Amino acid sequence: MTDFTTKTIAELRAGLAAKEFSATEVTDAYLQRAEGSEALNAYVRFTADQAREDAKASDARIAAGEAKPLDGIPLGIKDLFCTKGVPTNASSKILEGFTPAYESTVSANLKRDGGVFLGKLNLDEFAMGSSNETSYHGPAINPWRREGDDAKLTPGGSSGGSASAVAARLCAAATATDTGGSIRQPAALTGTVGIKPTYGRCSRWGIVAFASSLDQAGPIARDVRDAAIMLTSMAGHDPKDSTSIDRPVPDYEKALEGGVKGMKIGIPKEYRLDGMPGEIDELWQKGAKLLEEQGAEIVEVSLPLTKYALPVYYIVAPAEASSNLARYDGVKYGLRVPDDNIDQLYMKTRAEGFGAEVQRRLMIGTYVLSAGYYDAYYLRAQRVRKKIADELAAVFEGVDLLLTPSTPSAAFGLGEKMADPVSMYLNDVFTVTANLAGIPGISVPGGLDSQGLPLGLQLVAPAFGEETMIRGAAALEEAIGFDAQPTEWWKA
Amino acid sequence: MSLSESDVKKVAKLARIAISDDDVPHLMNELNGILGWIEQLNEVDIEGVEAMTSSVDVALPMREDVLAEGYTGGGQPENVTKNAPKSEDNFFVVPKVVE
Amino acid sequence: MTERTNLLRGETGDWEVVIGLEVHAQVLSNTKLFSGSSAAYGAGPNENVSLVDAAMPGMLPVINEFCVEQAIRTGLGLNAKINTWSRFDRKNYFYPDLPQGYQISQYKDPIVGEGEIEVELDAERTIRVGIERLHLEQDAGKSIHDLAPKESYVDLNRSGVALMEIVSKPEMRSAEEAAAYFSKLRTIVRYLGTCDGNMDQGSMRADVNVSVCRAGNFAKFQETGDFSFLGTRTETKNINSIRFVKQCVEYEARRQIQVLESDGEIDQETRLFNVKTGETRTMRSKEDAHDYRYFPDPDLLPLTFTDAYVEEIRASLPELPDAKKHRFVQAYGLSAYDASVLVMDKEKAEYFEAVAQGRDGKLASSWVTTELFGMLNKEGLDISESPVSADQLGGLIDLISDETISGKIAKQVFELMLSDEKGKAPEDIVEARGLKQVTDTGALEAAADKIIAANPEQVAKVKDKPKALGWFVGQVMKETGGKANPQAVNAILKKKLGVE
Ligand SMILES: [Mg+2]
Ligand SMILES: [Zn+2]
Repeated sequence: MTDFTTKTIAELRAGLAAKEFSATEVTDAYLQRAEGSEALNAYVRFTADQAREDAKASDARIAAGEAKPLDGIPLGIKDLFCTKGVPTNASSKILEGFTPAYESTVSANLKRDGGVFLGKLNLDEFAMGSSNETSYHGPAINPWRREGDDAKLTPGGSSGGSASAVAARLCAAATATDTGGSIRQPAALTGTVGIKPTYGRCSRWGIVAFASSLDQAGPIARDVRDAAIMLTSMAGHDPKDSTSIDRPVPDYEKALEGGVKGMKIGIPKEYRLDGMPGEIDELWQKGAKLLEEQGAEIVEVSLPLTKYALPVYYIVAPAEASSNLARYDGVKYGLRVPDDNIDQLYMKTRAEGFGAEVQRRLMIGTYVLSAGYYDAYYLRAQRVRKKIADELAAVFEGVDLLLTPSTPSAAFGLGEKMADPVSMYLNDVFTVTANLAGIPGISVPGGLDSQGLPLGLQLVAPAFGEETMIRGAAALEEAIGFDAQPTEWWKA
Repeated sequence: MSLSESDVKKVAKLARIAISDDDVPHLMNELNGILGWIEQLNEVDIEGVEAMTSSVDVALPMREDVLAEGYTGGGQPENVTKNAPKSEDNFFVVPKVVE
Repeated sequence: MTERTNLLRGETGDWEVVIGLEVHAQVLSNTKLFSGSSAAYGAGPNENVSLVDAAMPGMLPVINEFCVEQAIRTGLGLNAKINTWSRFDRKNYFYPDLPQGYQISQYKDPIVGEGEIEVELDAERTIRVGIERLHLEQDAGKSIHDLAPKESYVDLNRSGVALMEIVSKPEMRSAEEAAAYFSKLRTIVRYLGTCDGNMDQGSMRADVNVSVCRAGNFAKFQETGDFSFLGTRTETKNINSIRFVKQCVEYEARRQIQVLESDGEIDQETRLFNVKTGETRTMRSKEDAHDYRYFPDPDLLPLTFTDAYVEEIRASLPELPDAKKHRFVQAYGLSAYDASVLVMDKEKAEYFEAVAQGRDGKLASSWVTTELFGMLNKEGLDISESPVSADQLGGLIDLISDETISGKIAKQVFELMLSDEKGKAPEDIVEARGLKQVTDTGALEAAADKIIAANPEQVAKVKDKPKALGWFVGQVMKETGGKANPQAVNAILKKKLGVE
């Protein structure tokens, strides 16, 4: 009998339409595989009963010839998306026991299109991290391992659960969010495809906020087509989000065709960091060559301010977070550590409820906004941010896309970078500029390194350039022909 | 600029995070490590550059002044308080706050 | 220009008090500033609370266009600069009635900039008070402290309700000026219909900033703009009546002078007003003053609109109290003060104008302010409940003007219009009761002759004491039951008695 979990969304969609199999069969197969994946710690919560009900409903619609775009497609939802009646705690103890009475706009869009939710996926606490190790549930684990080495590796973060689940085929695709690289970095480290759309393309309503001016939802999927299908459903204008853009959503799947012939693709020379593994540089050049062979014009471009993007990010994001997370005070929901004095209650609750990294960022954010430091840190950072955005805009006057590595390294071992925050932060060095400028980026698998670990290549486009970006990614994907699969060491 | 131990305590208080005195030294080192790394922004010439607070450059959308149904409207005190650690007749309950 | 110095005697010399007000006025909107829940007063606990107001994770603000329009209207009513580009900032602090952990307000870039209004103190004195700014912000929820011994109960119904914070320049020089300014603001927002001004429901309340300085220093401050000439100020929060504003300033000024004269120092602090004792006490001292960490709210974009939009709103403004006051002075020949009393309340002004239309303005004003308002106050009635309509009162005044009745009779008729003859037209009452003034000289001469014949000794007196004529007039009036026309009687008597 066929293993439905090997099929892409496109293949499932076709098979379901042709009645080769039912949504119920597919959902059961995924649930069985997912429920046997404790070792990966990708799911923090299953919603099996609901999933089976929804699959039944999909089957009914398909039978009635009223199939919706995602009917019967089993999906995983990052536990940063509020899901009505299903506990949502952003991998934080402070949201323990919180069950939203509402559904986030993005997950509601996926439901509207017939998506079947298998459960909620692990992440770094409040999406603050690049290795999933800050999760209150413990880290999600990367199904990929170094050859001949059973050391547990990180799937990246913050969307580590989403990446791990998609790579291990625990769901057909997953929702994720990207504030500094939290979709693209985990995708790169797990051999999956991740899209961070233009800021404002997907509604932030109902997504637990980390840094409001940077957060953006997007998909992690097995290939570019599936990612495009997911994005088409997730995206759209939402009057409940004042920063959501009122602009029609194209069918991104249609953007796959066409190739890169005649496209100008820029190679930012400043992305060639010293100390970066040679393999990454080689992969990068290989990617450029492949695109060139398909008729793209490769040009070197200069983005000298790139090195300042991360420091800017580590002022702006914590500053916004320090305010966004003030609502977790033990009064309205989640954890409360009682005390007769309200301020003591706040301080004990937040000390107990937030993990070390979140506390660190809240303190940094509080400091850079505090009297006497605002101008020197926050304001300066926002002005440098403007320069970085302008620099990118100027470069996009001359090129259609940028090609860069997605990450400066392959998946690393748990604990390897926890000791030194800054070394951990450097994971986002190639991805964070897109968040600062609000422009889209996609990570596609570029191949395996010498240890057998996946590496990713990133394409970046100007605002609302998703279609061009997806076309370029499809071409790159086809040229690379990445088909490696992780071993199933984790199977129960 | 780097934080002193008393700065660390002040910031923790401002952020309403209880820290023990033993935590202060390593917190101070971590925070100063990050701030030190951030200092490189001083190299950038920002003369005459305005601050960027959003990548979206459209006018602020506005809504009509009509009662909303559902999540963004009222009339759902149970949804409002059902997750509260402590509530009573649809009030949130906190230790006595005296002004 | 009104003389403004107001010296307070101290042990060690004279002091001046300087007052600035931050008035919070609730926008008269159906829904909240950033959510679609009701802004109505007096619902059950957390009834008017959306998941946005309760700061549930992932909730986002969307601004209410009507509130923006009302802020602009109010700004125009304050003769202030409207900023077509403004922005919302987050004011960060922890408090149980502040669910987000921050208040969305406008810090650096308010929607309304500087303005100025006229404030009448009394018949002679009118001052001008500068407006620093007006900005939009969210109200907080409410903590109730008396429902449980050890706990406070939090109700978020007010949380997110739209407020206009109107900040004056520190230009008021006495408790009286502060109170008059507060009451004038109330008049303006009620004219504009942007706020109902219900202070007891908290829709309008003032933070009162008071400082004292040595006599003469305020003038130096005004010349130089150098605040060091002013003393350290205290801010007393949430005062919800005009009387309390007055009491608060008087108490604070006295207290500060005493402290300074006993070589103490005033610390810049937030204080609370005790409505029972009329005293203020420390609420938050400078030490544990908040560091609000203002920064632009990343969930919102800059608030922008066109000048055309502002002009559209300007065109829709009603006549404002000052304009109305000046017009009343012009059109009806009233004193500035009488006019300002009439315009204090829009409905009263409209009633007056209905009465004064095409009639003697002064006469109308005195009847409306003394007789009608006097009666309304006595009966505790609102102008809208007046038993006498503007038409009826106008009719009565016509009868005086065309000499159908005397002012004295008119007062009788007015009484009847309030009692036995309620709702009847004054001319009918006069007709029915035969109160018409007698101008028929024949009848008057007869009456005069009768009195003269009956009082020879008075007649003798009046020859060398013309003042005694008044006595004869009185007698004739009595004889005619008050209906005689006094002027006519006078003339006849003079002739008959040969008095010049
Ligand atoms: Mg104030
Ligand atoms: Zn205020």
